Amino acid sequence: MARKNKILEKSLSERVTTTIFIALVVSFFMLPLLWLILAPFDGAPSYRLKIPHFGLQNFEEMKLNPYAYRSLMNSAFFSAGTGLMVILVGAPASYVLSRVKFKGRDSFLYLLLLFSSIVTGSAAMVPLFLLALRLNILDTYHGVILVLTGGLIPAAIFILKDFTDSIPKSYEESAQIFGASSFRILKDIVTPVIRPGLAVIFVWSFVQAWGNFLVPFILIRDINKQPGAVMMYSFYNEGGQAVIRLVAAFSFLYTIPVVLMYFYVNRKYGFRFYGGIKG
Amino acid sequence: MSVVKIEKITKVFAGGVRALDGLDLTINDGEFFALLGPSGCGKTTLLRTLGGLEAPTSGAISIDEKDVTWVSPGARNIAMVFQDYALYPHMNVRDNISYPLKVKKFSKEEIEKRVSHAAKALSIESLLERRPGQISGGQQQRVAVARAMACTPNLYLFDEPLSNLDARLRLEARTFLKQLQRELGVTTILVTHDQSEALALADRMAVMDKGQIKQIGSPAEFFHRPQNTFVAAFIGSTPMNLLDGVIKSSAVQVGANTFAIPALAQGKVSEGQEVVFGVRPEYVTLSSAAGIGIATGAVKVTENLGTHYLVSAECNGILFRGTVPDGNEPKLGSIVHLTPEASRTLLYDKTSGNLI
Repeated sequence: MARKNKILEKSLSERVTTTIFIALVVSFFMLPLLWLILAPFDGAPSYRLKIPHFGLQNFEEMKLNPYAYRSLMNSAFFSAGTGLMVILVGAPASYVLSRVKFKGRDSFLYLLLLFSSIVTGSAAMVPLFLLALRLNILDTYHGVILVLTGGLIPAAIFILKDFTDSIPKSYEESAQIFGASSFRILKDIVTPVIRPGLAVIFVWSFVQAWGNFLVPFILIRDINKQPGAVMMYSFYNEGGQAVIRLVAAFSFLYTIPVVLMYFYVNRKYGFRFYGGIKG
Repeated sequence: MSVVKIEKITKVFAGGVRALDGLDLTINDGEFFALLGPSGCGKTTLLRTLGGLEAPTSGAISIDEKDVTWVSPGARNIAMVFQDYALYPHMNVRDNISYPLKVKKFSKEEIEKRVSHAAKALSIESLLERRPGQISGGQQQRVAVARAMACTPNLYLFDEPLSNLDARLRLEARTFLKQLQRELGVTTILVTHDQSEALALADRMAVMDKGQIKQIGSPAEFFHRPQNTFVAAFIGSTPMNLLDGVIKSSAVQVGANTFAIPALAQGKVSEGQEVVFGVRPEYVTLSSAAGIGIATGAVKVTENLGTHYLVSAECNGILFRGTVPDGNEPKLGSIVHLTPEASRTLLYDKTSGNLI
């Protein structure tokens, strides 16, 4: 009995230590997030974290900046465009790579993945700029979307191919035996079955494009076309000081879509997949 | 409703694997035909070739005298039930059953009629609005069969449809499948690696090995008269006694034991010929005394088979198996006299492995 108590006591003190430790670590990461949530509603925000005097003045002030709201719309456009392009190009490619076996397929896939980090990386910015110049797509929406898509496509194909691999071929084969055409099989069977994968890839590309700074920064000249990620760096006053009120409100709005998308996908698909196959 | 004729079908896969090797087979109208064999023998490839999912390297397939070798799967009017059932997870049971009918452009009323008929026949009416993920394995299997049935095909292809069910359910589904096939009277080809399934279900069956058919016949023929040592070893719930021997003075000499030449092989063997002597343990009984044609030895292992015991005894250097009714089983190490039933013994040629 005494022995048992000792074990319990030990585990209790151990648990208290662990909990305190975890709480410290979590608060370290939570404080900036808390600032992100509280500061936008504070009439006089600073870098310090404090209980705000609630008010929406910061958002009102943001309206006075002619580019702030517009840049968020631009961001949404870039991100949605990129997400759609990635799905449009990546889904057929990954389906073929999953279903058709050819020599060197796997090395091809890994090579793709290797290249993916290059396309939107800073090393490729000069050639990308020159390429965009020659193609006459500098300072256009589609130019940015194409470059972002190019950077995300390899990883998207890689993930989607893996997902498609996990879907039994017998779905398609049974439809084939029932006389469905290839197009019909794609439309009625394959697309609905891989839809969770497509949704995840769409959200992933959306978020990647949403947060990308370098590509629009280099390819877009017109301030009316700049996305939020670039715009945020322009919130300075004449003295070169960051306008915290603006930055706080803007950051808050800038974060919302990504968080919402995460919740949507997590709720709808739970980041896991379902199947009608008994294993 | 359909006669299936397979002529000299060969399938060589890209890697050089010969899955089917010049195979000939005719399946009669309305027959329940089982393809049996160890894994990798080519039975599934044969079924998939029949379904049009694989193209043969050479050879021809005809259904009702019509060459369908290069006809697309959808135009063959067949239905296939897959091992994993392949029920579409995003459709409910009703949509799963009606999907092939929609593809085949049946009218709405006709689809409804057929779905409710198939659902009734397989007693899955209460499941129609559920998703495949929400029903049990046995129910999924019924849905898959209902989906195949609603198409009223000329030919059913079953790819191990029972192997994903647990043992108890498998027996029920087996009876049910056989009954359904009787009622529908549609030619059915079943692929299985489970011999008891093939023996129980099939009107006729074929055992395959390495892309070739080793024997075709009724389940009874397989059990009583396997045509070669491969089939002999493959079929049967207890392993058949297959013992190397020589013909010596009009008898089979196996080690130091002597057995009579089986009636079938009388006059077809010559002195000194190397043979394999075969008899099922079910046809080997205990006798009280030693004698000619009786193997005597000490009991090595006894295995309980329920109503019988399988007794393995070491008789002059060979391991010989027989069955003994429950309750009479000998003790380990005791000396027994095992007597093969003369009319049930078989003789195989040692080199070719074929029945003499």
